[in-house]
Amino acid sequence: MDFIAAAANYLLGAPILGLGTEVGFVWKALLLLVGLLIFTAYILLADRKIWAAVQVRRGPNVVGPFGLLQSFADLLKFVFKEPSIPASADKVVFLLAPLVTSILALSAYAVIPIDAGWALANINLGVLYIFAISSLGVYGIIMGGWASNSKYAFLGALRSAAQMVSYEVSIGLVIITVLLCVGSLNLQDVVFAQQSGGIADMLGVPWLTILNWYWLPLFPMFVIFFISALAETNRPPFDLPEAESELVAGYMVEYASTPYLLFMLGEYIAIILMCAMTTILFLGGWTSPIDVVPFTWVPGAIWFILKLCLVFFMFAMVKAFVPRYRYDQLMRIGWKVFLPISLVMVIVVAAILQLTGWGWHGGAV
Amino acid sequence: MTLPLFFFYVFSIIAVASALMVIAARNPVHSVLFLILTFVNGAGLFMLSGAEFLALILIVVYVGAVMVLFLFVTMMLDVDFASLRTGMLQYAPIGVVIGLILLAELLLVGGSFVLTPQLTASAVVPITEGVDNTRALGQLLYTRYVFLFMGAAAVLLVAMIGAIVLTLRHKTGVKRQDVFKQSNRKRSDAVEVVKVKSGQGL
Repeated sequence: MDFIAAAANYLLGAPILGLGTEVGFVWKALLLLVGLLIFTAYILLADRKIWAAVQVRRGPNVVGPFGLLQSFADLLKFVFKEPSIPASADKVVFLLAPLVTSILALSAYAVIPIDAGWALANINLGVLYIFAISSLGVYGIIMGGWASNSKYAFLGALRSAAQMVSYEVSIGLVIITVLLCVGSLNLQDVVFAQQSGGIADMLGVPWLTILNWYWLPLFPMFVIFFISALAETNRPPFDLPEAESELVAGYMVEYASTPYLLFMLGEYIAIILMCAMTTILFLGGWTSPIDVVPFTWVPGAIWFILKLCLVFFMFAMVKAFVPRYRYDQLMRIGWKVFLPISLVMVIVVAAILQLTGWGWHGGAV
Repeated sequence: MTLPLFFFYVFSIIAVASALMVIAARNPVHSVLFLILTFVNGAGLFMLSGAEFLALILIVVYVGAVMVLFLFVTMMLDVDFASLRTGMLQYAPIGVVIGLILLAELLLVGGSFVLTPQLTASAVVPITEGVDNTRALGQLLYTRYVFLFMGAAAVLLVAMIGAIVLTLRHKTGVKRQDVFKQSNRKRSDAVEVVKVKSGQGL
């Protein structure tokens, strides 16, 4: 069975005993997974702290210094609680739903480049892969809502399915405009394309790389992407699937303990994924904002995480002070405002690129 | 056995098994979920044969959009499972006969189907080395097959308009909100200040 040996070599490498230089795939994945989960724990805490600060509260401050261990206490609490499955629920689908949500959310990180060459899988179709994975995210919610066999849960699932499918369309079109400028579906190429040849170069200040990033030339798309990302991840003000005031907790209403934890985890990981996508598509990924010495000393991964946190801060602020939308207004914005604007922008950007010859040619054949 | 071959067997066994479960599952929602599993494994098989773009598009379009709507509709159906079960045996022989006829036809056609060597030699567009298949597909679709591509788009557009025409009903006598009107409403349209003399009223 030499394929087992080949698979073991490919997956595990020989890192433990120091036999090989190539670190195996599994170890990298494990490192990413653990790092991501710890990061998620603190993002969750940050979300609660920011929300509390806006409302002039203290937020979680009991477990650990400044409440820094709050998320881990929550984790233990959820894990040791008794899971409850409603008697009339479809048991297999009921338990499968949170798994689908969290595993899909985690698997998207395989292609996210944190620094140049720091992606687990540097595939040529990275953007499409992320789009495919995030379009599958709706299944966890529908399955959970249906399998709970409860009216609140089912209504939440129906709302969510319609909402996510609607906003995927505008997200897709925004991504297409960025890809038109880049000319490649590789996420690393998207970042490389933003490092030079943008507005900063045209103004004659090439060291000011922050002006090269796509947020400036594609500003309307940046705004649309940000709002659509809120809707796609069911964040407030678009958290209608779990609107407390009308649906109790929406599709999660019958869930308790670990399955509930997995839903929450999947949701937050999807939110961080959307922040990472915003960073890569519009904020230049790991590039430092100013190309001068003290800034360029900072490793790219740090810049990436800083930008990601900035985008998440905006997510958290929106949650704290924008009131919840009504469902028909949500649908109206998605289909009657964002879809036409992004569709026109695709055509306009394509025309401008074709007529002026701008755009990135680094990776073009 | 190599790694791709191993994955080929994994994907195809799961695909065939879940395709069987689509018709064998009692609960229609389970059938749809198995159908989704079949699609995902089909995408895996595309991926193995080097058609990454097709694989991911299959997931985005079919699994991410079409099947969501399908699942949506199926979940809303109010099906009496007990009556379905009693009817199952009654209709089974007819299903088996139809299946056998289809199988025989497929075997007859498929057994005699040969791709002539001349045809494979004169492939319409040669596969160029070093061009990934997204770029290759784009170059083909937007140059050589642009009219067919636009024709397909027109057919879809007509289908969409047809669906809207069939389902759109303008109800009269329903209060509707017009956001444009609401935003344009000014204080002077809504509020009027009237001086009323005391003791007289309006």
